[in-house]
Amino acid sequence: MVEIDLGLVNWSRAQFALTALYHWLFVPLTLGLSFLCAFFESIYVKTGKEEWRYLTRFWMTLFGINFAIGVATGIILEFQFGTNWSNYSWMVGDIFGAPLAVEGIFAFFLEATFFAVMFFGWDRVSKNFHLFSTWMVAVGSNLSALWILVANGWMQNPVGMAFNPETVRFEMQNFWEILLSPVAIAKFTHTTSSSFLVGITFVIAISSWYLLRGRHIEMAKKSILVASVFGIFALALTAMTGDESAHSNASTQPMKLAAYEGLWDGEQKAGIVAFGILNPAKRPGDDSDPFLFEVKIPYLLSLMANRSFDSFVPGINDLVFGNEKQGIVGAGKMMVRGSAALTDLTAYKDARTIGDAAAAETALTKFKQNQDYLGYAYFDKPEDIVPPVQTTFYAFHIMVFLATFFAFIFIAYLLYGMKDTIARKRWLLPFGIASFFLALTASEAGWIVAEVGRQPWAIQGLMPVSVATSNLAKGNVMATFWMFAGLFTVLLLAEIRIMLWQIKKGPEGE
Amino acid sequence: MLSYPSRIFRFYRDGFRSMTIGKTLWKVILIKLFIMFAVLKLFFFPDFLKTNFLSDEQRADYVMEQITRPAQNRIEEDSTWSR
Repeated sequence: MVEIDLGLVNWSRAQFALTALYHWLFVPLTLGLSFLCAFFESIYVKTGKEEWRYLTRFWMTLFGINFAIGVATGIILEFQFGTNWSNYSWMVGDIFGAPLAVEGIFAFFLEATFFAVMFFGWDRVSKNFHLFSTWMVAVGSNLSALWILVANGWMQNPVGMAFNPETVRFEMQNFWEILLSPVAIAKFTHTTSSSFLVGITFVIAISSWYLLRGRHIEMAKKSILVASVFGIFALALTAMTGDESAHSNASTQPMKLAAYEGLWDGEQKAGIVAFGILNPAKRPGDDSDPFLFEVKIPYLLSLMANRSFDSFVPGINDLVFGNEKQGIVGAGKMMVRGSAALTDLTAYKDARTIGDAAAAETALTKFKQNQDYLGYAYFDKPEDIVPPVQTTFYAFHIMVFLATFFAFIFIAYLLYGMKDTIARKRWLLPFGIASFFLALTASEAGWIVAEVGRQPWAIQGLMPVSVATSNLAKGNVMATFWMFAGLFTVLLLAEIRIMLWQIKKGPEGE
Repeated sequence: MLSYPSRIFRFYRDGFRSMTIGKTLWKVILIKLFIMFAVLKLFFFPDFLKTNFLSDEQRADYVMEQITRPAQNRIEEDSTWSR
């Protein structure tokens, strides 16, 4: 097979990545801040103290700004599906249609209905109904995320469907299997819990800034106390769901797990690399050391992957070349079966074109024997299944390192907050301000792990990105990439400007 | 006593009228939606299969053709549909 034109594929990927990363600046803040607003308002309703109402309204205004600037930025991703990824869109339309329709019907309307009450309803509806609406906005926002993450989870672990060669579509067979897939659940819980951290650090950062400036001190201290308590719970949840996510990767996407752990050769009693510098010259099958430097914690990777200290965790080389002793089939053998599937699919297509029903039926029967390996037919060599290891490894480790940093921040803020000395800890406050930007970095890094780590697949095992893309002129995709880069920069500057204006104005700007 | 629809209407009307920063945000939202739907979607992001084919059968045939061809051919040789 001749070489793939990576120019078009990579520009299409870059454009999608740019849009997704931009969209993801707003989403986690919405998910996290919506719950914080609900917590603040619950305290107000419970205590009846006006300072909590004042505080809630301030954070709600910032929530509204973020929501308004971020709203509809995800729609551009849908435009790109139809234009840049038409083969993919056609083939998954039946699967994606249901979760996205459910999102539209339930979550969006829930959100949209109660959003107005949340912003317009102060003093116009009862306290309890207003509080209920704020909670519904938080639940609705997070439910919106559920459906898109279910769709994403299906791409990482395509279950509950069957390929129909007549319509050339993956058709849904079992909605519940797709919704309750362990990958989808791990993805939803880890994404939302880690998003809470973005909202939490946002509150901590702005409150820290007020404390440093000596403004709105009581409001800042109260906000910090609630945020840091929520932070500790959210961080524990993020760690647990992250562990579950890695565990599900071990069975559904072992290559991704091996890439983000930098595990080239499989090991029994495999350890986690706490810190490491990869050898950039390392290639599949060679004898060079994978790391220039590494600090490893023994056993933990085996435990995380298989829930057993002495289990075997396959490395990149095992998955590429196979490991007979461990019963791992290499990509080469899968390519053979994939090629057989593609040959039979082509025979089916040709037989149908000339109207030979018997030959089409025979080809289809043969195709079904190997259809699960279809995606492997599009590779030249087994090594093509290896994702960009360095990007995946470093993104993962940045994410984990920052999560550890947040643990220190939340504990310190909670302790000093409870002692009521936080305003005097001026050495700590700049770290609190930085924590928001670091949380955004960690959140984006998480997506990089999830999406770069699953390359070269658009749909795991079934469709590589090179097959998913539309046949477009590369220049057009490049042009729209730069157009988006410009548009997103302008919108981001607008948000930062409006947000900073409101923060400087403070709660009295209400 | 106002009817229920009138109360809802007044609720929204008064809410919009009393907005402060919300007015700026609505302007940003409307400009953004205009750029997305009236410019980007219309001129730069047509649905590839809907634009180039008349029926679902044709679309399915085209996608089948695409996935049963080697990658290089799929991307470079067929310039018919390139924009």
